[in-house]
Amino acid sequence: MLLIRCPFCRMERPELEFRHAGAAHRLRPADPAAVSDRDWGEFLHDRDNIRGITAERWHHVHGCGRFFNALRDTVSDVFLATYEPGAPRPDVPGAGQ
Amino acid sequence: MDEAPSPETAEMPPLLNRPGFARLLPVLGLGRLVFRGVPAAEARLGAALGLALPAINRMVHRGERGEPGARALMRFGPDELLLLLPRGELESAIAAISQACAAEPHILVDVSDRHLGFVLEGPAVAAILHSGCPLDLDPRAFPVGMATRSLFHKAEILLWRIAPMLFRIETGRSFAPYLVAQIGAGARDLG
Repeated sequence: MLLIRCPFCRMERPELEFRHAGAAHRLRPADPAAVSDRDWGEFLHDRDNIRGITAERWHHVHGCGRFFNALRDTVSDVFLATYEPGAPRPDVPGAGQ
Repeated sequence: MDEAPSPETAEMPPLLNRPGFARLLPVLGLGRLVFRGVPAAEARLGAALGLALPAINRMVHRGERGEPGARALMRFGPDELLLLLPRGELESAIAAISQACAAEPHILVDVSDRHLGFVLEGPAVAAILHSGCPLDLDPRAFPVGMATRSLFHKAEILLWRIAPMLFRIETGRSFAPYLVAQIGAGARDLG
């Protein structure tokens, strides 16, 4: 089992307590009505599906209940960093895109 | 467990009773209040209760469960506090807290009937809990005074440690028969 560090609990917690919650750093347009159908479709559906280091939202659903962001390597399943939502994506060696 | 045990019910027999190993007892007559609010509201709550506010995944208490005036306060999320108190003192406590915090944004909800609580005590408690809970329950990782939400098999639980060999567990009331059965199975597996 993986141990994932929750940035709100400030401790490593078992993977079973968490739920994946999609891609991180995707901002909803402030005025969706002003967005073209193509851009709105991209916002809703287009995902990068990166092979390597990707930024994801995770939810500590059976713990503190908070959402946070994580950098995870999709090849090795290693969590490189977790951080609070709103914080910039941290620089992690080897995490360049 | 078809009927909710009323607080007035006489002491129920243990659900698991193996001297020198572990005992599982239901907890009755407990009132539960969820409090969420801005930091200023939390400060007023702490002052009203006479308790220091706990850090996340920690508990503080005054008095022992069952005693008049006993209070236990624990923090399960950054702004999520749970207050346990004797059920008979619910109304007066709600009134007192509402009055103390009236000037600050907060919510105070009576969730007394949401959970059923249990005491699990004895030398084997950590081993039994490990049969279904993925947390590290070594006292270095889960010290006395730690309180957290987690899982026991498929049931979400609240778990806190009162003494090295004494835990409190709560779960949603519809999960309680499942929790008791799984704790019993975990105890049997240990021999």
